[in-house]
Amino acid sequence: MFKLEPDLNPPIYKTALVSSVAILLAFAASGLMFWAFGVNPFTAYSEMIKGTFGDSSGLSTIVQRAVPLLLIGSGLALAFRAKFFNIGAEGQMLLGATFAAGVALFVPVSGVLGVVLFFLAGFLGGALWALIPATLRERLGVSEILSSLMLTYVAGYLVKYLIGGPWKGKSLVGYNYTEKFPDWAQLPRLEGTYINWPTLLLALVAAIVLQIVLARSKFGYELQVTGGNPRAAHYAGISSGRVTLLVALISGGLAGLAGAGEVGGLHGRLLDPAQISLGYGFTAIIVAWLTRGNPVYAILTALLMGFVFAGGDVLKVSLSMPFRVVDVMTGLVLFFLIGAEPFLKLKLSSVRVKERASA
Amino acid sequence: MTRPQTASAPLLELSGVTKRFPGVVANDKVSFSLFGGEIHALLGENGAGKTTLVSMLYGLLTPDEGEIRLAGQPLRLKSPSDALRVGISLVPQHPLLVDNHTVLENIALSSGGGFALELRGLRKTLLEVSSAYGLQISPDAKVWQLSEGEKQRIELLKALVRGSKILILDEPTSALTPQESEGLFEVLNTLKLEGKAMVLISHKLDEVLLHSDRITVLRKGQVVGSLPAQGLSKPDLSRMMVGRDVSFERQKEVRAPGKIVLALEKVWTKSNRGLDAMRDVSLEVREGEILGVAGVAGNGQHELAEVIAGLRKLERGTLRILEQSAAHLSPAQISGLGVAHIPEDRRAEGVVSEMSVADNLFLRRSRTAGSWIDRKKLLEFAGERIRTFEVSTPGPHTPAGKLSGGNIQKLILARELDGNPKLILAVHPTHGLDVGATEQVHQILLEARMKGAAVLLISEDLDEVLTLSDRVAVLFSGEIQGVLEGAQATRERVGSRMAGVRESAAQKAEGGKRKAESISPSEGPAHV
Repeated sequence: MFKLEPDLNPPIYKTALVSSVAILLAFAASGLMFWAFGVNPFTAYSEMIKGTFGDSSGLSTIVQRAVPLLLIGSGLALAFRAKFFNIGAEGQMLLGATFAAGVALFVPVSGVLGVVLFFLAGFLGGALWALIPATLRERLGVSEILSSLMLTYVAGYLVKYLIGGPWKGKSLVGYNYTEKFPDWAQLPRLEGTYINWPTLLLALVAAIVLQIVLARSKFGYELQVTGGNPRAAHYAGISSGRVTLLVALISGGLAGLAGAGEVGGLHGRLLDPAQISLGYGFTAIIVAWLTRGNPVYAILTALLMGFVFAGGDVLKVSLSMPFRVVDVMTGLVLFFLIGAEPFLKLKLSSVRVKERASA
Repeated sequence: MTRPQTASAPLLELSGVTKRFPGVVANDKVSFSLFGGEIHALLGENGAGKTTLVSMLYGLLTPDEGEIRLAGQPLRLKSPSDALRVGISLVPQHPLLVDNHTVLENIALSSGGGFALELRGLRKTLLEVSSAYGLQISPDAKVWQLSEGEKQRIELLKALVRGSKILILDEPTSALTPQESEGLFEVLNTLKLEGKAMVLISHKLDEVLLHSDRITVLRKGQVVGSLPAQGLSKPDLSRMMVGRDVSFERQKEVRAPGKIVLALEKVWTKSNRGLDAMRDVSLEVREGEILGVAGVAGNGQHELAEVIAGLRKLERGTLRILEQSAAHLSPAQISGLGVAHIPEDRRAEGVVSEMSVADNLFLRRSRTAGSWIDRKKLLEFAGERIRTFEVSTPGPHTPAGKLSGGNIQKLILARELDGNPKLILAVHPTHGLDVGATEQVHQILLEARMKGAAVLLISEDLDEVLTLSDRVAVLFSGEIQGVLEGAQATRERVGSRMAGVRESAAQKAEGGKRKAESISPSEGPAHV
């Protein structure tokens, strides 16, 4: 019979083509939004491109935004491959920032040791936060999509409590933040940019290492089987529970690292959640989705979304577009990508009929 | 088998019907005719074009070229409701019924009519029709309570209540015991006498030869032959279907079985619904023998396989594999004892479709592999397996899901038989496979037996069980209805046990006595 059949392993060109078209459509739809605000879409896009690619500080903004996206996105790519839908990276980022801030503010260390502990704490915070939905899923069958998402709000309020209460900076009034971190925890930046290179390095290393682990390690193999066919994994004796917990730890931990990187490298203190995360945890979902389960591709996709963020800044600043314009754009990108899934996941097939139709 | 009471002109006629899909011609100038009062079998391997053809007869597809004529008039069907209106009904392989509704409600759903369900009139019609054809049903039973055979009866009744003249039956006996199949064909013969025409899609060659009047064989979308059934043999048919000679003989050398490899004793287990699925089951399988477990699906086979594979808990009883107590072992541990498991549903349980053939072949070895995978060695291993088991694939990197069912099954066998396992648990291993692939799978199992493996073959395909097994156990309602040795395992005896009819003590004694006297294998008519 004539059927729409699942297309396993679609060729790369098809994936790239479909994804590109989806993104272009999203940009076109955003263009309509610009037009509704009285801004000519072509002007808007040319400003975006000029302000980012045509400008050295614009370029560095792209990279700066891309770093946390890459860190979180590569972890999420791994998690999604194992069918652990970690939607709570935003909250894991905040917990990571919090733990790291805790080290910076209260642990008497300094120098390289201090920085190492700083990042370890960040990883730990994010990992623990992700372990909660993972455990709930494995023990009680609770959907990790719901639990991880809900925990994001909990994380946000936790941070607000801390910065407004026990960790409130003494020398400040009006806004809530902690004290500035000691100097050793103010992470070094690349000349003239806001990019802190330790986090950048971590991000690149993470993406590459995760890809290698996925392709060549036994754990990566088990992960693929678990995500591809949990029943076959069970029959083969692979513990999908163990796989789930590990990917939760990894993706949560990387999100935590990103949080640590943001507060250490950019802000220098723990501050209001909305200012730390800027929706990186959610946008990283798009970054991960676009990689089709290959963490190393996140390098490209994170740069793409970094461009959207950076370009959005241009729109907000030079064209006075509303604050949320970037959110709408990223939302549209996700919307069109999901809409394009059927074109990617399915193909029209000939009469290579499956047995159950007993042709 | 009666000769068809052919009217002078065919009831349904296809001329040069062609249907194309991207990359393939599913039906290539197919012509055949269907007469009233005949059972016309449609044979062909998977992918030969049977389903496409039948879909066009039922209005699911329209031909690209060619013509279909009904009683001489051109017929253009745009949907199944058109087909139903002109008197063509489809009795599907898997009943499409609503479990929560009653039999009567389900039949009402397919009887057309206006907005309101007219159940009273329908009930009367239904009871008339069911008694006319001897198809017992109770109109108020809920469908979920019925057996497969009974559900099938409802699908047939739907067609009869509608008064369809042409019935298309898709693998109608796949879920029936031999006795139930006989019953079905009795009904079909009655319909024949009334002048109805039936298109029978089946892969059971014996059945087709016995019950159909004419046979049309499709191969790669073309009609290879459209002939009267009389005078044809199984080899003739399979040669037409496959294009080469296919052996039906399985070289089964006599072998003295060795020590006990698998022993279940008084095992009870529950199904997913919490009901008893296995009751007091005791079985043994020895080295070098094939124990076949026959039975209609749903009588505990699924749970039996799971218990042995370590996927289901025993409520009571013992399970010993190679002298070791295995009741509390995990699937991985059981596999480690030397047990190979060919699962029931190859695509859903046996392979990971998106992963490559090579990666899938690695699945069994991955358990004991080190932390890092040596890709080169993996590819070498995969290549050897692909060659040895003749898995037809474009390459080791092809996603496993792209392979045909037969090749997926061979992949699973290649993977599981690595390392010469001592016990092979094969569950419906040739389900949905064509004649050629079935032959290959059977050969592989027989070779394993020759090498000394113990094989537990759980299958709904009675012919398969009878052909391959040294001994046959029958599962009915979770209980073993007897284990028959070699020649004692006749179709009739196995068939009646499949329906739950147990031998009386007297018959048993008689059977034992006969064995002791070494009488020839053919059974007297009274001994069932």
